[in-house]
Amino acid sequence: MKPYRPPRIAPSEITSERDYFDRRRVLGALGLAAIGLAGAARHASAATPPAAAPRVTRNPRYVAKESPNSWDDITSYNNFYEFGLDKGDPKENAQDFRTRPWSVEVTGECEAPGKYTLEDILKPHALEERVYRFRCVEAWSMVVPWMGFPLADLLARFKPTSRAKYVEFTTLLDPRQMPGQRRAVLEWPYVEGLRMDEAMHPLSFMVVGLYGRWLPNQNGAPLRLVVPWKYGFKGIKSIVRIRYTERQPRSSWNIAAPDEYGFYANVNPAVDHPRWSQAKERRLGGSLFGARIDTLPFNGYAEDVASLYRNMDLRRYF
Amino acid sequence: MKPLIFCAALAPLAWLMLGLSGFGGLTLGPNPARELLHFTGKTSLNLLWIGLLASPLQYVTRDVRWIRPRRMLGLFAFAYALLHLLIYVVLELELDFSALGRELVKRPYIVVGMLALLGLVPLAATSTDRMMRKLGRRWQSLHRLVYVIAIFAVWHYGWQVKKDLTEPLLYTAALAVLLGFRVWRARMKRRAPQRANTQGGT
Repeated sequence: MKPYRPPRIAPSEITSERDYFDRRRVLGALGLAAIGLAGAARHASAATPPAAAPRVTRNPRYVAKESPNSWDDITSYNNFYEFGLDKGDPKENAQDFRTRPWSVEVTGECEAPGKYTLEDILKPHALEERVYRFRCVEAWSMVVPWMGFPLADLLARFKPTSRAKYVEFTTLLDPRQMPGQRRAVLEWPYVEGLRMDEAMHPLSFMVVGLYGRWLPNQNGAPLRLVVPWKYGFKGIKSIVRIRYTERQPRSSWNIAAPDEYGFYANVNPAVDHPRWSQAKERRLGGSLFGARIDTLPFNGYAEDVASLYRNMDLRRYF
Repeated sequence: MKPLIFCAALAPLAWLMLGLSGFGGLTLGPNPARELLHFTGKTSLNLLWIGLLASPLQYVTRDVRWIRPRRMLGLFAFAYALLHLLIYVVLELELDFSALGRELVKRPYIVVGMLALLGLVPLAATSTDRMMRKLGRRWQSLHRLVYVIAIFAVWHYGWQVKKDLTEPLLYTAALAVLLGFRVWRARMKRRAPQRANTQGGT
């Protein structure tokens, strides 16, 4: 049987972000909400993987005050080395990437290990939208309306034991589908990890979509991590394995260059990358001039997360 | 031939301008500042390498015409390097010159790049026919500085790459061939008159 391939999305089909953010107001004003919903469902099913159209409600607690980057910015400027090194490569090379069927293996220090299908993973969770700042270690940033659910809710389901001090995530290893993995740029598969209290923090987000649509392949479909107070490379993509561990897991960039990329990778303007400054960042999508803004400690989420690192020397644990 | 190369050397600039203007749907992508910075640097490198190819080609084909566009290529390489610096200062530093001092101290690859650019200044300044005549034999010695400049330029490039060194290594390999050829030729030259001497010495 031929594997199901979702049809390509024509650019004209994509709702512009302005319409998207206005959709409720517009529909409400027209009194056509019901018809609109039906239309939206049909629209989404034509354009996304074989799953019901996502139902998502915005979580007002987590909405960055900056306006989000455009769909184009977010989906055409990606660091996803599995699909190539240039920012435009993932969009080009990930179009035929198969994200269904998909399963996630849960192992390690937990009471409910096993292999779970993506549907199993998603079923109990109500999807919410959060607009987070996204800060890349390369000193550029965006603002992204992610769709997903709290990582803590997912991790709790498998009942981690008291020995679970960390959680490790692994990306799919499939050089046939992921041309970037045919070269040893990084050690494949990509791995990342969080300390348990970081993972259970309400800001840690399991992402399945953006702009109210299922996640495009180049952004890490079908399941990726977003930890907004850390550099983007902590947000591991296309996850196939979750492992609870007692010892601090390894992480890909740390393996590749331990003096440049730490395990914690908290956004910190006071700790420079050895080869470039982290004091400022270029906010993409703005003007060419004056687009460099000050980077905030913990990417502006210090109030929420600084307490996780009390008494820690953040220069040492960078 | 020369007008053609002139136009070809302007093409990268034209491409950047078109991308910036958005003409015909062309775009430099979501991060045009970085594209401008990288593209001008890379273009300068390319032109320098092509310029270095002139003399080996002349040697191999015994055709001096290869040498003719060399000055133009060098001057364009200099112009793109200047543009590269300008973009860095305006778009990355945003004209904060105190930051430039800090950056230079902390980020040696910028120093290396600056040195490469500075090295190009006397070469550009002495590129006129008049200066060539005035300097005579010293002109050539001075312009051998370009070998050092090329090494610094590719060093600058490789040092700031995040992870994948493939491209800088390819440039380095090409440079090794270009410079290796010169070493080989110099040796041949040194040996040749010796042989002439022993043969004709009786």
